[in-house]
Amino acid sequence: MTQLDDTLVPPQAAPGTGEIPLGQPASRIDGPAKVTGTAQFAAEHGAPDLCVGVIVNATIAKGRITSIDATATLAVAGALGVISHLNRPHVRSWRLFYKDMIAPGGKPFRPLHDDRIAFSGQPVALVVAETFEAARYAASLLDVRYEREPHETKLAANRDCAHTPSRFKAGYAPPPDEKGDAKRAFADASVKVDVSFDTHIEHHHPMEPFATTVIRSSDGHLTIYDKTQSSQNSRWYVSRVFGLSRSRVTVRNPFVGGAFGAALRPQYQLPLAVMAALQLERSVRVAMTREQMVTIGHRPATIQHVRLAATETGQLLSIQHDAVAETSQHEDYVENVVNWSGQLYGCENIKLGYELVSLDHYSPIEMRAPGGAQGVFALEVAMDELSYELQKDPLALRLQNYAEVDPISGLPYSSKELRACYAQGAEKFGWSRRPQAPRSMRDRHEWTGWGMATGIWDALQMFARAKAELRADGQLVVSSAATDIGTGTYTVMTQIAADTFGLPLERVTFHMGDSTLPTAPVQGGSSHVATVGSAIAGACEKLQKALHTLAGKNDKAFKSASFESVEFAEGTIRLRSQPATSWSLADLLAASKESSVSVKYLLLPNVLKQRKFSRAAHSAVFCEVKVDELLGTVRVTRVVSAIAAGQIMNPKAATSQITGGVVWGISQALFEETQCDHRLGRFMTRSLADYHVASNRDTPDIDVIFVDEDDRIVSQLGAKGVGEIGLVGVAAAVCNAIYHATGKRVRQLPMTPDIVMAD
Amino acid sequence: MNPFSYVAAKEPGSAIAALAANEGGGTACMIAGGTNLIDLMKQGVMHPTRLVDINALPMAAIEPMVDGGLRLGALARNSETAYHPDVRQSYPLVSAAILSGASPQLRNMASNGGNVLQRTRCQYFYDVAVACNKREPGSGCPAIGGLNRYHAILGASPGCIAVHPSDFCVALAALDATVVVQSAGEERRVAFADVHRLPGDRPHMDTTIASDELIVAIELPANSARFANHSAYIKIRDRASYAFALVSVAAGLDIGDDGRIESARVALGGVAHKPWRIEAAEELLQREMPNDEAYERCAARLLEGAVGQGQNDFKISMALRAIVRALQTAAAGTRIDTANPGRPDLAARE
Repeated sequence: MTQLDDTLVPPQAAPGTGEIPLGQPASRIDGPAKVTGTAQFAAEHGAPDLCVGVIVNATIAKGRITSIDATATLAVAGALGVISHLNRPHVRSWRLFYKDMIAPGGKPFRPLHDDRIAFSGQPVALVVAETFEAARYAASLLDVRYEREPHETKLAANRDCAHTPSRFKAGYAPPPDEKGDAKRAFADASVKVDVSFDTHIEHHHPMEPFATTVIRSSDGHLTIYDKTQSSQNSRWYVSRVFGLSRSRVTVRNPFVGGAFGAALRPQYQLPLAVMAALQLERSVRVAMTREQMVTIGHRPATIQHVRLAATETGQLLSIQHDAVAETSQHEDYVENVVNWSGQLYGCENIKLGYELVSLDHYSPIEMRAPGGAQGVFALEVAMDELSYELQKDPLALRLQNYAEVDPISGLPYSSKELRACYAQGAEKFGWSRRPQAPRSMRDRHEWTGWGMATGIWDALQMFARAKAELRADGQLVVSSAATDIGTGTYTVMTQIAADTFGLPLERVTFHMGDSTLPTAPVQGGSSHVATVGSAIAGACEKLQKALHTLAGKNDKAFKSASFESVEFAEGTIRLRSQPATSWSLADLLAASKESSVSVKYLLLPNVLKQRKFSRAAHSAVFCEVKVDELLGTVRVTRVVSAIAAGQIMNPKAATSQITGGVVWGISQALFEETQCDHRLGRFMTRSLADYHVASNRDTPDIDVIFVDEDDRIVSQLGAKGVGEIGLVGVAAAVCNAIYHATGKRVRQLPMTPDIVMAD
Repeated sequence: MNPFSYVAAKEPGSAIAALAANEGGGTACMIAGGTNLIDLMKQGVMHPTRLVDINALPMAAIEPMVDGGLRLGALARNSETAYHPDVRQSYPLVSAAILSGASPQLRNMASNGGNVLQRTRCQYFYDVAVACNKREPGSGCPAIGGLNRYHAILGASPGCIAVHPSDFCVALAALDATVVVQSAGEERRVAFADVHRLPGDRPHMDTTIASDELIVAIELPANSARFANHSAYIKIRDRASYAFALVSVAAGLDIGDDGRIESARVALGGVAHKPWRIEAAEELLQREMPNDEAYERCAARLLEGAVGQGQNDFKISMALRAIVRALQTAAAGTRIDTANPGRPDLAARE
């Protein structure tokens, strides 16, 4: 570390917080720093030699840059330079070096590499100046000329060009092979649903726009504050693209103002900021505008076709689910859209298909519940339609077809308390009072409707490293290069560590958000608690063993005691049978003349065991809407979300996660869409005034229920993740409730007033 | 955003002089709440070289006029106006319209004069990478044949199909407000119907008020208070708050002792380059007992000549229904709320 690298001071629980065991609600330890503004985000770090870069984006969707005239730009007082493909510093050209840790198959985009334009909004230059104001003005004067080529951005019109995607992406599983003969079973059945769905493009729009601050020390070391869901992924990317060794680059992300998947991969402001720092030999900050946030990845649009067949009594005979999604010309971004249809219901004949159409957009990227948000929507609306075909209660239909083992693989579930979700959710909602027929409940201009849907999300665990250290003052310091995107990682990891030692939260310090810390996976896929949390629990247990050994060296009573016969509580190690025989941890270190005791731990998922089970979190979502069908307005007035996600580490943070997911689901159902002008190949929904998310007034009372579940196969802590599951199924429940209210079936998202409005 | 100079005017005369004196061929703009202009400057849509801050001018009062009307100072903030007891009492339609727009934070900053002069929210107007006749005369209108879900169904031209985004102005149009405008030589009074223009072949001109003229006040006539007991503002939008209107309707009825409609006012928002009002449509309601058939006739007359642009075709039937709903709601008696259809439960929350 060099003199410019200030030490990160992680947020810590306030004195007096005390012990909060796992499973009990703890308030966010990073909350005070965030609400008082002392938490520094990527664009808020500085250096005496800081200059500012503003990105200039392409105005055409496809073609090439013919000229860049920077005369007026460089004439602006304070302007330092223009970096483009014509003069950028040396970067490696081999595409493999641009593959970050979770890049999909294909050829990654190389910013400012050459004169080719592959999508509207592609960065074409970085204008750097002494101040932000000068850089912004100078950037507005840059004269970039283009030669246009014809582009294609329409999914539906190019459906015939769909291809089977590359399967090379972490977390992606291609649809499984057909089970039984789904087409034939469908043809032979008497009760059928055959429906198609359109879902549109969404953008993440986290509150904090993408930003990178590169702080360059005199010896050339780069400390980079980046908005990312993995400091180590950004560090890896910078090292590889620029050929800089690991020791020359540190990436930090101590605070991230929301990300939702958008920051899983390094975004282009990172390499642009590094280019400027290398070229100018100065510290540089580059932040995106809100409008530039639509020039990075998005949730891909899909066209889906679902065919269900059942016996006259409601037993599913055939499930067919095909999806076509869009990707860029250079990469095959893939996500699990249709696989869920082979996981939810018992059925002998299942056929799933997933294809991609390459368009002249930037590559899509994971967005909260990637794939599931669209795929489960289609499946669960189709199931609702089937229930009306059968004149059967939608919940009863799902219970009738409840999968006792994984329908495709035949594997048992590691745990599955979905039945409890259905029962407790229905009870809380009052589902039993639901009239079966649509258009049954009316109040003045509005029809009331009740709908429900099932949700599912994979329960993942990856590998991670963690370090645990007991310091002389009795403070427990744990670390892993994890990320907190606002989900509560600081708090939960602190809680997990404190719980193992029976310590008050304020006696634990958790370091994360720094690429030099022990390896953690990219923060995504609802896996951080099961992965990093388990690594921390493992590190703490290993530390306890080391302390037990140390106690044995100092005290005969401990030397003869096995590890199982000692316990850690109240800042001491003591004998379970004789709690009076104890050492305070600080005294133990002092007696041993140790300034600290530390251990490192590697968590490897028990793959051999895990692969014998199907592993997923489940939910049941119940929703009430009121629809003014003449005017097309929909309001969601009640939602009950019942979740089975294993042991809940911190019910307060977990409830927030689910509540946020439900609000997002309502937004997905009713509001969110980035519209593209296909003649220009350009996204035109560029501001938060145009890109609608639910306002407070759109947000109803939301009841979250966590049903009892424990899953020691997914993780040592018994926990699954709660990041995505809250969103999955919500849009379907809203859609199903709209049908129950009005008798009008909408098969596209978002369901805006013009779509819902009666003819 | 370009560099600009800044002057804070102390009195109207110096503000007008500062607006007129263009240094070096640049343009001067006045700034009050800044809730629209600053966005437009950041986006590079407008590039004034001089900002004249008018916030210190003595134009913030809301006061009764001698003839019984109410004078709304141009610098009174939208929220002050909406919650002013005289406005709520005599012109509840104005309150309802203001409170259905923007967000509390924006309403706390936005001035009454600035609300009138705010510019369209057409996405093409805001994106300097694409053509727009309003921003760059002669460059074209990509909203035609493009993304036009929010665009005009009435009064549009081949050069521009943008709509005026205000809610407040829809109520002002319905209530026959007058805008008091001061320039170097004189003070003039403009009937609200004449403030905003239709785009025609000069879509870059939003209003008939010149750039070196100052809106001093907006006057609500005494005569329009007769609609206070039977008025409604209906706004249909994509979400329940902080969204521009797909269609909005300001309706006021003067119902006589015999239960018949003495006089009616109906203005539409979200459908044209200006608040849309047709007096002949209102006359169709005169001497009628309140009834849906009469409302439908009025609505049909108001929407005569309406043309969809593709994505916004739905607005024609939505507007028809919203007019009928607004008249029904007005006839049932004014409710002091944001007049958001279907959300009576939220009236108390505002």
